Amino acid sequence: MARLHVNGQVVDVEFDDDTPLLWVLREQLGLTGTKYGCGVAACGACTVHIDGMAVRSCVYPASAIGAEEQITTIEGLSEDGSHPVQEAWKELDVPQCGYCQPGMIMAVAGMLNNNPEATDEDTDTEITNICRCGTFQRVRRGVQLAKTKM
Amino acid sequence: MTNSISLSRRGFLISSGAAGLTISFLAGCAGADDNTPAAADLPPNPEVNAWVHIGRDDVVTIRIARSEMGQGTLTGLAQLVAEELEADWDKVVTEYPTPGENLARNRVWRDFSTGGSQGIRSSHQYVREGAAAARMMMVQAAANEWGVQVGECTVSKGVITHGPSGNELPFGAVAEAASQLDAPSDITLKDPSTWTIVGQPVARLDTADKVTGAQQYGADIVLDGMLLASIKAAPVRNATVASFDASAVEGMPGVVKVMQVGDNAVAVIADTWWRANKAVEALPVEWAGGDRFNSADFEAELDEGLTAEEAGIGNQGGDVDTAFANAAQIVEATYNLPFQSHAPMEPMNATALYTDESCEVWCPTQNGEAALAAASQASGLPIAQCEVYKQLLGGGFGRRGMSDYVAQAVLIAKEMPGTPIKLQWSREEDQRQGFYHPTTKARVRGALDEDGNLTGVNIRISGQSILAGIMPQAIVGGIDIATFQGLASPDNPRTADQSLKYTFPNFRIEHAMRTPPVRPGFWRGVNANQNAIYLECLMDELAVAAGRDPLEFRLAHLQDSPKSAAVLQAVADRSGWGSDDGKHRGLCAFYSFGSYTAACAEVTVDDNGQLKIDRIVAATDPGHAVNPQQIEAQVEGSFVYGLSAMLYGNVNFVDGEVQETNFDTYNVMRLSEMPEVETIVMPSGGFWGGVGEPTIAVAAPAVLNAIYAATGNRVRELPLNYRNLREA
Repeated sequence: MARLHVNGQVVDVEFDDDTPLLWVLREQLGLTGTKYGCGVAACGACTVHIDGMAVRSCVYPASAIGAEEQITTIEGLSEDGSHPVQEAWKELDVPQCGYCQPGMIMAVAGMLNNNPEATDEDTDTEITNICRCGTFQRVRRGVQLAKTKM
Repeated sequence: MTNSISLSRRGFLISSGAAGLTISFLAGCAGADDNTPAAADLPPNPEVNAWVHIGRDDVVTIRIARSEMGQGTLTGLAQLVAEELEADWDKVVTEYPTPGENLARNRVWRDFSTGGSQGIRSSHQYVREGAAAARMMMVQAAANEWGVQVGECTVSKGVITHGPSGNELPFGAVAEAASQLDAPSDITLKDPSTWTIVGQPVARLDTADKVTGAQQYGADIVLDGMLLASIKAAPVRNATVASFDASAVEGMPGVVKVMQVGDNAVAVIADTWWRANKAVEALPVEWAGGDRFNSADFEAELDEGLTAEEAGIGNQGGDVDTAFANAAQIVEATYNLPFQSHAPMEPMNATALYTDESCEVWCPTQNGEAALAAASQASGLPIAQCEVYKQLLGGGFGRRGMSDYVAQAVLIAKEMPGTPIKLQWSREEDQRQGFYHPTTKARVRGALDEDGNLTGVNIRISGQSILAGIMPQAIVGGIDIATFQGLASPDNPRTADQSLKYTFPNFRIEHAMRTPPVRPGFWRGVNANQNAIYLECLMDELAVAAGRDPLEFRLAHLQDSPKSAAVLQAVADRSGWGSDDGKHRGLCAFYSFGSYTAACAEVTVDDNGQLKIDRIVAATDPGHAVNPQQIEAQVEGSFVYGLSAMLYGNVNFVDGEVQETNFDTYNVMRLSEMPEVETIVMPSGGFWGGVGEPTIAVAAPAVLNAIYAATGNRVRELPLNYRNLREA
């Protein structure tokens, strides 16, 4: 039994030591907003925050998470979808199929935590998430719009 | 066993009882909550007709038969219905009717299949007529209540008004009475000039839940008592399971069952998917037989097809052989394009619940009715005892038009009656078990006279036929018409929406069918993607050989297609084509899926031969533009899909096995490679063209022609993989 801090709540959960955080979130905590896309940290659909830093949870063993580390998933980014990135995404209709967007939004929110003045160039360098529908252009615009809402 | 599941706010209430499957459709589909005080004591309104339900709270629930996979069809179809209904757009929600209900109601919603950029263009007429009928019935109901003539009533934003008296009734108050009336037989649709919802850049209806994680996809389904399955099918096509050692993994944590699925797959059922997948990866399996296909070896067969005596002719005119015999100059080149995988972000999945009396499936599918048929076949139950609940798709791109994963889920669930099983493919399984965009090669030739006039065009395509592989009944006279997308004859009604728009004095377009043992599939854009490269790179090569401007050269042969010329001219004008600004540009114009598209790409190639795609100006004329901002989104996304294929896309078979089993080896384009895309939506009206696919075709040719402008080198083999473009 391990204790995790997820979206501001303390949860006790059992898992095999090698279980990636992704599957603990999705299957044991019912937080299905975080997606499985590749399982090899290549696509970023599984991006969550640990202490505000974006990490790819599909290769991050849940057992490696420290007792005091705070995990934030898309469900906990805001209470009502009002985080500046979420607001910008709605305003610009960024998602198409939307499957990669929780990870995309968490990656962008993580970048803006560290770099609130992120430029297009920063976005291009730091956001390496895959989107097969091809929302990149609106993601780029969304980052700049989100900055004005922070 | 009684099992009652409420899937979502707008989902259906499904009850599966001992007496068999019952679906309380009408109760469940009262899309919004009738929670106004006046409505509290009354039963929910019945539907007005198949397309529209209106609650006593005036919420309009529009039924959408086609699948939403990101392309925006859900919102676009709702706009069409709301327009004819004269609904208040702010009160519109949507829901999917089920394939089973469609069957039970004599296919009242017609085709559920969602592909070929057909979502709107092949259903707009009957969808709008259904909405108009509902509006007419509600106006009639209001007139009846007031005892006045229908002609004295008007309707706007969900409110019916009697002009002389000024009386008003909202839709919700007349919907029940309207539902009792006969459907009108004489329906007149609104003139497009009076549209107020169609043609507007309204926001998508499905965005809010996609930014909070609340949106449920097939992969997210959770049912009471559900177990998880992971599967491994033979990695080599047509191989079968010879043996497997279940005992090696049966003791692993969480493992419930180890089983064979059909003759070519094994699966593990466990309490979590992580555990199921770990076990299936560890499961020792011996495979038998199969086609040990090597992509590299197939090159020779494709090359043979380029010059073989026999080939199917898809389109021709004039006397091409004489034109080439008399040519002052002949341009000839061979282009070579590889296999592609769909790689939607959500790997294939389906959840099935089998009992002796029923089989229910929850799945993301582009073809709900095919999924239902697959469930019936795999379960062995009559189709009336099966049902499919369509889930939002995490991407489709053609892959989810197939139902192989549905059949697998049912076969697995059949081993544990009464227990819902979610089958989730790994990414590796998704890459290995594709229906691949076929490899084709083409020998393209053009004949020029002494004055640089184009006198003949010959394109010989060599490669796999998609239709021969998955719809052989569609092959007519040995010809796969889909192979000729964008190059086909306008005279054949089956290919008119994919026809060649250039006027050539003499031309012949041929296909030598060469068939590898690989499952082919419809891949977003389908053959238009390859054919645009063949045609539009040839046109560029010919313009250069003739010493003519590539824009002028193209326009000189578009005299019979002013809409093609218009989109091409538009991208040229916007991009600064012909200006002396040192930029390197390439053009492409193509017609496919009923829409006219063009692109102008601007690239930089540095001293090390490295490509940067700086800017793309794209134009599309889809006839009617239902939602311009969503068309822009599709055009922007088209370039990511098309350029990903151009830059990286390649599925390579070695000894029958796919080598690129995840995104680390099957790379796709990222943000840093995304050019600025400027989209010009220029609807000329009067026809309905597709949107989701046509602009993919113009992506690669425009960039390849721009690379030539920058380097003087032609790229004729893809993917590019950032090779040194300064090396010839």
